Amino acid sequence: MAGVVADPKNHLMASGHTACAGCGQAIAARIVVNAAGKNTIISNATGCLEVFTTKAPQTAWRVAWIHSLFENAAAVASGIEAALRYLGKLDEVHVIAQGGDGGTADIGMGSLSGMLERGHNILYVCYDNEAYMNTGVQRSGLTPLDSNTTTSPVGKKSCGNPRPKKPLLEIAVAHNVSYAATASVAWPADIERKVKKALSHKGPKFIQIHVPCPLGWRFDSSLTLEVAKLAVETGLYPLVEYENGALIGVRKIKPKPVEEYLKLQGRYRHLLKLPEALEEVRKVAQANIEKYNLSVN
Amino acid sequence: MYPIGILVGKPGSTVDNKTGSWRSDKKPKFLHKECIACNMCFVICPEGCISGNGPNTYTVDYDYCKGCGLCAYVCPKKDIVMVDEEEEL
Amino acid sequence: MKKFVEGSHAIAEIVSKCRPCVISAYPITPQTHIVEGLAKLIADGELEAEFINVESEHSAASVVLGASATGVRTYTATSSQGLLLMAEVLFNIAGMRLPVVLTCANRAVSAPINIWNDHQDSMTVRDSGWIQLYAENIQEAIDLHVIAYRVAEDKRISLPVLVAIDGYVLTHAFEVVDMPEQELVNQFLPEFDPIVKLDPENPVSMGLLGTPDLYMETRYAIAKTMETALTVIQEATESYSKLVGRPVSGLVEAYRIDDAEKILVGLGSVVGSIKDVVDELREKGEKVGALKIVSYRPFPKEVIFEALKNAKYIGVVEKAVSLGADSPLFTEIAATLYKRGAKPVINSFTVGLGGRDISPAQIRQIFEEMEKDEAETRFIGLNTELLEA
Repeated sequence: MAGVVADPKNHLMASGHTACAGCGQAIAARIVVNAAGKNTIISNATGCLEVFTTKAPQTAWRVAWIHSLFENAAAVASGIEAALRYLGKLDEVHVIAQGGDGGTADIGMGSLSGMLERGHNILYVCYDNEAYMNTGVQRSGLTPLDSNTTTSPVGKKSCGNPRPKKPLLEIAVAHNVSYAATASVAWPADIERKVKKALSHKGPKFIQIHVPCPLGWRFDSSLTLEVAKLAVETGLYPLVEYENGALIGVRKIKPKPVEEYLKLQGRYRHLLKLPEALEEVRKVAQANIEKYNLSVN
Repeated sequence: MYPIGILVGKPGSTVDNKTGSWRSDKKPKFLHKECIACNMCFVICPEGCISGNGPNTYTVDYDYCKGCGLCAYVCPKKDIVMVDEEEEL
Repeated sequence: MKKFVEGSHAIAEIVSKCRPCVISAYPITPQTHIVEGLAKLIADGELEAEFINVESEHSAASVVLGASATGVRTYTATSSQGLLLMAEVLFNIAGMRLPVVLTCANRAVSAPINIWNDHQDSMTVRDSGWIQLYAENIQEAIDLHVIAYRVAEDKRISLPVLVAIDGYVLTHAFEVVDMPEQELVNQFLPEFDPIVKLDPENPVSMGLLGTPDLYMETRYAIAKTMETALTVIQEATESYSKLVGRPVSGLVEAYRIDDAEKILVGLGSVVGSIKDVVDELREKGEKVGALKIVSYRPFPKEVIFEALKNAKYIGVVEKAVSLGADSPLFTEIAATLYKRGAKPVINSFTVGLGGRDISPAQIRQIFEEMEKDEAETRFIGLNTELLEA
């Protein structure tokens, strides 16, 4: 990218939004919309991204954009896509539906499934910060095992969220989508590549991007990219790519101990003193490494 | 009656909101010594307020910079450092 | 053209003639035939539209929201539980000022689960900013859909319209109707030209976060627009009536009220039955009349006041309740009259909930009982034995 004029005016998500300093989602959302280009219409679920980009009368978006409500980003996008299809403009305009982990995997599961099943020409992007952040860090279906959230708090009788992440990517793949992938804000060029690749496919596409949250995960804003990198390098967040149902690529890793990732974040601090719980988290990483053959070793 | 001014947002109108006032602790200093114009700082800045055109020209718009420190983290040449907010640049 | 047709199919046909571009609905009795009719018209190439089968009513409303926001004419239909499920999206559609048209095949709400007709469903969303028009018969059901699109898309309005059609009573009944020709509908409905739309050529954001310093103004704007809608609905109805060459009820229909001492007020098909009893009692020399409210939202206060101001006894007959308080229509009529200094004896009657048949005998009973002033609503046709069960 050297030699390219880097001008903030070219960003399709402008400055002046009210995301927290160091917000992973802000980084990823800009990369996604820039990759999609100006001929894009976005249907955005309720959540951090929607709130911090569109406080009336302002908007950070430089593409056509609409707030859908919480559970229906995919359904509103389906309507946009249907209208474009009627108008004969579907070849010229990308439709993106986007939301957080809660808005996608929990309350949005039904409308996502319907959109995928009907075969709309829509890219769904899930920004996974692993909890309901906008409402104050409550547990979602994508909150990882033993993560401390306000509704799965650590206490005398609890070591945090008792459940593993819902297998959202597998659910998308099970719908026979043409393209599905996970990505991480630690690899920005990879996000851009995956978005462009997804948009080159017809039909429904799904990308899930890991976006660490300094406030919710309790780490300094300067560590967002470090935390994101370690999530992948420990095997806790596999970066994989499916095309037409087949696994076509994974990001290979030299697996690092999960402690290196966990110790940076306040939401996992309790695990460093709970060897049994820590072992459960290691097992999650190990299972991912085996399932996707992530290890270069 | 259709108050379009409050129902519909004009593209990029958040630029009126100068979030640089959020900074209190640290701000980035672009040294302009080793920069290879890899563009990484431009891509990852969550505020999208970095600009540049060739090596050693990159800079941040302090009107928007929240001082997160990610540009300093990501620069492969360590040509961006976080300094105290009060420091003269 | 004269046709003998089932209510649902009449609605499917007229909606098709209104040329919606995106239709999305979820099956629920008794709306089903409407949507099936439209699906068939599309499948046979008689209507060119995108038909989106969705996973829930919440998604059906969301699909038409997205499509309408993209600048095309849309349609959906539902009843009862479906209307309640999509309720938050209905508020979203009105708040975003999108001119969606929705048919509500009025049906009772669970629990107990009940698939038959009453108005509890549409009553629940009366505060949403949707215009609500109630049809007395299948002819009116047809006419109101065309008028709905015209009013919704009028640039002075830009609000969604719910056309309320009594489930089973109208949807599954057969009537001889005058079905307008396509050319007439084309003449009456201009191309949809949205005030705002999602378009890369002009990339605006819709559905912004409205903080306390500006939210209230958006609500005020809808309230003012509802007032304008009273005029726009009148205009549209007059214009439509000229085009079809027959009288079409505007905001209300006043039936034999000029010298009436007793007037029953109602919404929808029950007024048809009331009119029959009015005729019967008039034969016997009683000075009775009926007031049918077509436009429930906006609520035509002045017109209603003018119609009722000289009557001694008003009975508001409702297929709805507001459990724990006075019934909705009664409350609004009473407030309208009181504010303008009219003080007739006004009573509330609850009828037909859960699809219970409203017989002429019940209506005659109401005409008698309305002379006795009672504080609470009277449930007519109640089977008190069941209460001891």
